Amino acid sequence: MFDILLSSLGQLFTLHHLLYMVLGVLVGLVVGIIPGLGGIAGMALLLPFLYGMEPSVALGMLMGLVAVIPTGDTFASVLLGIPGSSASQATVIDGFSLAKRGQAARALSSAFLSSMIGGLIGAAVLTGFILVARPVVLSFSSSELFMLTLLGLSMVAVLSGRDLFKGLAACGLGLLVGTIGMAPATGEFRLNFDIDYLYDGLPLVVIGLGIFALPEIIDLLVKRGAIAGESARLGTGWRQGIQDVGKNRGLVARCAGIGSLLGTIPGLAGSVVDWMTYGHAVQSAKDKSEFGQGDIRGVIAPESANNACACGAMVPTLLFGVPGSGTAAVFLGGLLLLGLQPGVSMIETNLDLTYTIIWSLALANILGAALCLGLARPVASLTRVPFVILAPLITVLIMFAAFQATRSPGDLLALGAIGVLGVLFKQAGWSRPAFLIGFVLAPGAEAYFYQAVQFQGSDAFLRPGVLIIGAMILAALFLPMLRLLWRKRRTVATEEAAPADAKPPVTMGALDLVLFTTLLGTAVFGWFSLGDLTLLGGLMPRLALAIMGIACLLEILRSLIHRPTWQGQPLGQQIVWLVGFFVLVGAILMLGFITTATLFCLAFLLGIARLKPWLALGMSAGVTAFLAGMATLLTLTYPSGLIDPWLFG
Amino acid sequence: MTIHKTTTSRTSLDRLKKAAALGLAIAGLGLTVTAPVQAQDVDVPESIRWVIPFGVGGGTDVWARFFAPWLSEHIPGQPTIMIDNVPGGGSINGANLFAMRARTDGSEWLGTSASTQYPAMLGDRRVRYDYADWTPILATPTGGVVYAQPGLSDDADSALAALLEQPVMLAAQSHTGLELPVLIALDMLGVEVQAVSGLRSRGEGRLAFERGEADIDFQTTSAYLSNVAPLVESGRAVPLFSLGLLNDEGEIVRDPAFPDLPTFYEVYQELHGEAPSGPANEAFRKFFASGFTLQKLIMVPSDAPEALIETYREAARSFIDSEEFKREADAQLGPYPPIVGDTVQQHLEDAMSLDDATREWLVDWLETTHGARI
Repeated sequence: MFDILLSSLGQLFTLHHLLYMVLGVLVGLVVGIIPGLGGIAGMALLLPFLYGMEPSVALGMLMGLVAVIPTGDTFASVLLGIPGSSASQATVIDGFSLAKRGQAARALSSAFLSSMIGGLIGAAVLTGFILVARPVVLSFSSSELFMLTLLGLSMVAVLSGRDLFKGLAACGLGLLVGTIGMAPATGEFRLNFDIDYLYDGLPLVVIGLGIFALPEIIDLLVKRGAIAGESARLGTGWRQGIQDVGKNRGLVARCAGIGSLLGTIPGLAGSVVDWMTYGHAVQSAKDKSEFGQGDIRGVIAPESANNACACGAMVPTLLFGVPGSGTAAVFLGGLLLLGLQPGVSMIETNLDLTYTIIWSLALANILGAALCLGLARPVASLTRVPFVILAPLITVLIMFAAFQATRSPGDLLALGAIGVLGVLFKQAGWSRPAFLIGFVLAPGAEAYFYQAVQFQGSDAFLRPGVLIIGAMILAALFLPMLRLLWRKRRTVATEEAAPADAKPPVTMGALDLVLFTTLLGTAVFGWFSLGDLTLLGGLMPRLALAIMGIACLLEILRSLIHRPTWQGQPLGQQIVWLVGFFVLVGAILMLGFITTATLFCLAFLLGIARLKPWLALGMSAGVTAFLAGMATLLTLTYPSGLIDPWLFG
Repeated sequence: MTIHKTTTSRTSLDRLKKAAALGLAIAGLGLTVTAPVQAQDVDVPESIRWVIPFGVGGGTDVWARFFAPWLSEHIPGQPTIMIDNVPGGGSINGANLFAMRARTDGSEWLGTSASTQYPAMLGDRRVRYDYADWTPILATPTGGVVYAQPGLSDDADSALAALLEQPVMLAAQSHTGLELPVLIALDMLGVEVQAVSGLRSRGEGRLAFERGEADIDFQTTSAYLSNVAPLVESGRAVPLFSLGLLNDEGEIVRDPAFPDLPTFYEVYQELHGEAPSGPANEAFRKFFASGFTLQKLIMVPSDAPEALIETYREAARSFIDSEEFKREADAQLGPYPPIVGDTVQQHLEDAMSLDDATREWLVDWLETTHGARI
């Protein structure tokens, strides 16, 4: 094994290999940085060159791409609050908060360094693990996978903290939205209201952008100013970020470990890992008060996990031909195109290629992180620019990103609809991650539960793996509570005048009431509109409705008992901007995407941002060039409308 | 510049140049605009847009990317073939859009697969395309093998006998997916199958089998050869039968990839002492033909110039028998030569026409046996 390990390393360091790998890394960084593109678009760019290429060279190039995407997408998450891809959604929460506090450079350098370390740990784990992984991967049956989705869902409790019921209600709504589409058990279509777009369910990218990015854009527009609200010296942040990683060595190592192991389980990976590690960071921290407000550990944890996860995802892809993530699925296509069939042969006859893949992963991680670290400082100054200048560009960018999901106008409308929900949640202080976690895990939870019961009957929940994960869930839910009790007792025992841990009063506002009414209304209406489904097909949406409804009722009950303080929750300006967004979508569908985007930027920059005309013109021309160029590069078809076909063919 | 242009020359220097061009294109994002294509030849368009209603890297996408350079090279004038992925709705979205918008001058093709054919046959309400509007250029067949856990019994004969005695589980994507003819076949044999649906791919179904959750499973030829054959060798799976191969005369014969394995029809004959018949057999034949014999198809709108369609077919015929193609195709397509032209047309017309009695039987059978509603 060691001779193969070394010979593939030697092969990697030939000019030919390195050139192609650097090409892969560069493409990976670019598609990683542009929100909404990610691995699938990158693969699509490289695949045409693949056919007939020498496998080891081609694999180096592909791995260069795969490895750096979770690194590059951090830029958008931290600087703009846009979840670059599903792997960096948790990074948005604290990363963007740090950027708002003027510490973008710190967040970025931490993120890149932990990405690199995570990737290296992942590659190291992969080197040995791939040889023995087969039985481990096979030991995760449908019941264990179901329990893992539950473990993911239990993070909702961790993340919502005191507002547990609101978090649960948000999660219930997420679960409900996640069940739109085909029922895994019976093949029935649910909750699609005869709209073609909903038959496939809503795409994750659209949900992520709608729930996180759109509300942030609107919020920043309402507040005016730059992203970095507080002034801080950008330059010092860079070094501090590096030191932060040093201080949290243990966290990096643990999260990278979790990431690379979870990555090996086909069907879960990607979107769960960052939330689980984020939850882990929150739980293992002594002082939790800063999470959500800009705690560097909230960036370090998911970032060290997601690169490791990309490594881990290679295990099922190579060994079983079952991709562990969306990007891995495309990578699998690349393998087939090279004439390589994944399977046992990848650790027998083709072990050298497997090690080429792993070495490329490690090298690309170093390269990618180094490039990003170099970029971090200059790019972080974006957060100093008055946001009103960035707003139109970012809006076009997230529409472009959302449109990549299914390339149908429905993407833009869904983005707006989820955006409304996101704004409501943000203004009322409901947990948006809880909603997202519910959405992400709904299909898995349902399918695996159904499979577990069908395949294994009642034995499904007595398997040792299931019990272990079950214990982990209980620990996640109750350990913090026990720890709190323990600490209280100790303070009582030492008879220190415990600083009255004054519970912040229960608050209630107009938007809370709107949300309660809407959710309860949805619960009742939904319950009846599910009437014509079979028992199996309707089970999951009903469960989601029940969680949502009961959580709302409990929260209402709680506020009745505790007498809440009334809290102002302004919405007026937000509504204006939301209406503006829908007008923009309407214009896009009527006039065409490129035309509208250009005109919108021009008008916004001149009228609202009051830029100099030549600057506004230049930036709008840049938008046109970007959109038209992307269309050519990726053979995209935008909503064409009336004018685009005339101007852009 | 067009990045999706498929290279016909495969020297590495050339590719390096192209790769460099790609890098440049990305560095200067978007400063590239396609120059309007000018037709040199009245008959053959200079570029062909090949719509693949599946995502990048999926089976049909890889299939198309394999064929693109071969076709490009052999069609007179060497047109550029651009692959355009329009995924969604399990290929229904892309096919609908193609039916609605595709130009009929022969410059747009559609690559379809079993999951495009089946919904049309089952009358899925989302389907707005009609295969009668399209003409096939080429089809590639695949085979499939049904195999079982060795726990049931160690050789195929007694394994089958064991299957008949107790209900067995099979992991499926959906009851109306590629598994449909397999489910019908097993039912015809008298095996009580409990199909657990909701798996995301055939590969996940195989994982469920390897974990011991599913008792039987089936894979198409290429996946079987790379991932199940090693299991068979090490005694962790027992092959039961292949689905066979439909020859030009419409008979199901032994699969050339598995000459030693009996076909489903042979097994049926042995078990029941007569050739299969009735609506179940009718349904099996139709879905087997459209899902396996014609698994992947290149289609053009029927309104395209007849001469052009013939040119395309001629181009395909000119390379599918060459040794070089066979060698390379073996890894991608298995030992099944592609079918070109009118033979495809006949098979297709025959397969896609499901008479009312058969459809009624199928709807009823799906509901009662598998609790699935169409």
